Amino acid sequence: MATFQLELVSPEKLLLSRAVEMAVLPAAEGEMGVLPGHAPMIITLRSGVIAVTENGQVTERLFVAGGFAEVTPGRCTVLADEATPLAQLSKAAAETRVREAEAAYTAAAMDTPEKREAIMTRLLTARAMVLAAEAA
Amino acid sequence: MASLKALRARITSVKSTRKITQAMKMVAAAKLRRAQTQAEAARPYAERMERMLASLGASVAGSPDAPKLLVGSGADQVHLLVVVTGDRGLAGAFNTNVGRFARTRIRELEAAGKTVKVLAVGRKGAAYLKREFASRITGEISLAGKKRVDFTDAQEISGRIVAMLEAGEFDVCTLVYNRFRSVISQVPTAQQMIPTLLPEEKGAEAPAAGAQALYEYEPSEEEILAALLPQNLAIQVYRALLENSAGFFGSQMNAMDNATRNAGEMINKLTLNYNRTRQANITRELIEIISGAEAV
Repeated sequence: MATFQLELVSPEKLLLSRAVEMAVLPAAEGEMGVLPGHAPMIITLRSGVIAVTENGQVTERLFVAGGFAEVTPGRCTVLADEATPLAQLSKAAAETRVREAEAAYTAAAMDTPEKREAIMTRLLTARAMVLAAEAA
Repeated sequence: MASLKALRARITSVKSTRKITQAMKMVAAAKLRRAQTQAEAARPYAERMERMLASLGASVAGSPDAPKLLVGSGADQVHLLVVVTGDRGLAGAFNTNVGRFARTRIRELEAAGKTVKVLAVGRKGAAYLKREFASRITGEISLAGKKRVDFTDAQEISGRIVAMLEAGEFDVCTLVYNRFRSVISQVPTAQQMIPTLLPEEKGAEAPAAGAQALYEYEPSEEEILAALLPQNLAIQVYRALLENSAGFFGSQMNAMDNATRNAGEMINKLTLNYNRTRQANITRELIEIISGAEAV
């Protein structure tokens, strides 16, 4: 089957760079499947799971905490704010993050809307991480 | 001439100094390797980010309501310098080089009638600049005590810069740091961050094939750009921090290598001196005994 080059980079390292058949990205406006020959697009991602398909099977699942993706017919580049393979995700750590974010949100009740929004995003990311860890 | 005992004490003290500098050199070398791999790991992200920004920025830059982060505030009056230095000394001229570079720049800008503000990252730079420009320093950030630089550190710094921009506290933001050219050479560099320099402006020739493809955007172009620009700022700061730490350890390794060699030279000189004195003493004692025996 036809393949395209999938690259997944986070600021700390290059996690993935190889030819795959399909990738499902958690785009901001709904899940999006990318196949070879996709129309050029730039999208933002919400936190969620990227599923990579090779030889007709899902071979790898990675959690990303928001970011961007650039799609061209022969290539898909994902710039993730943070990325971890599902296998390395720990539910306990994710739950700690949720609790921290919840505490920060309560503490920020009197803060400016922008700050509260930033904390809200953090909370949502942490919750998505727990869900992803449960699914793993 | 110094007594034998004093010489012996000096030799022991120089020897232990040499041990310390040698150990510091080893530690710096190990840390340098780690910092270098980290800097290399960050490169792919920065490259992809630049490519994405190039295609996005070009289409938005012309419009009048382009985001402030991309085009600045339109004025050129207040300059913010973000000076990145090490947190510790004993690294040769590493910190002084950036400090001096920043100082010249501040003087130039002020001579041209601009207002300058300084955000100092790293304790040594802050201390250096405070001596002359205490009133211009708007903030100090120290990363001392951290084992390694995290992306979140960079995000924190860039968050402060964005907040200052939104409050209208400056017009142009420049990052000053030591670029890591090699282990023995770090070059103080100034890099303009706001307004963003788009890659096209650097090399306008040859439109890269495919890069100018017509992209669809989801959600809108403006929204993506609004999220991308702070991230781009953070990654630039992150790179500067990483290069700074790699350069710092490179410079420290060199300084400690020199110190070790100097200590070795000193030990040789002192040992020679010690042996001469010892022989002179023996000769003198012999002469005394012989002349004493002859007198009998």
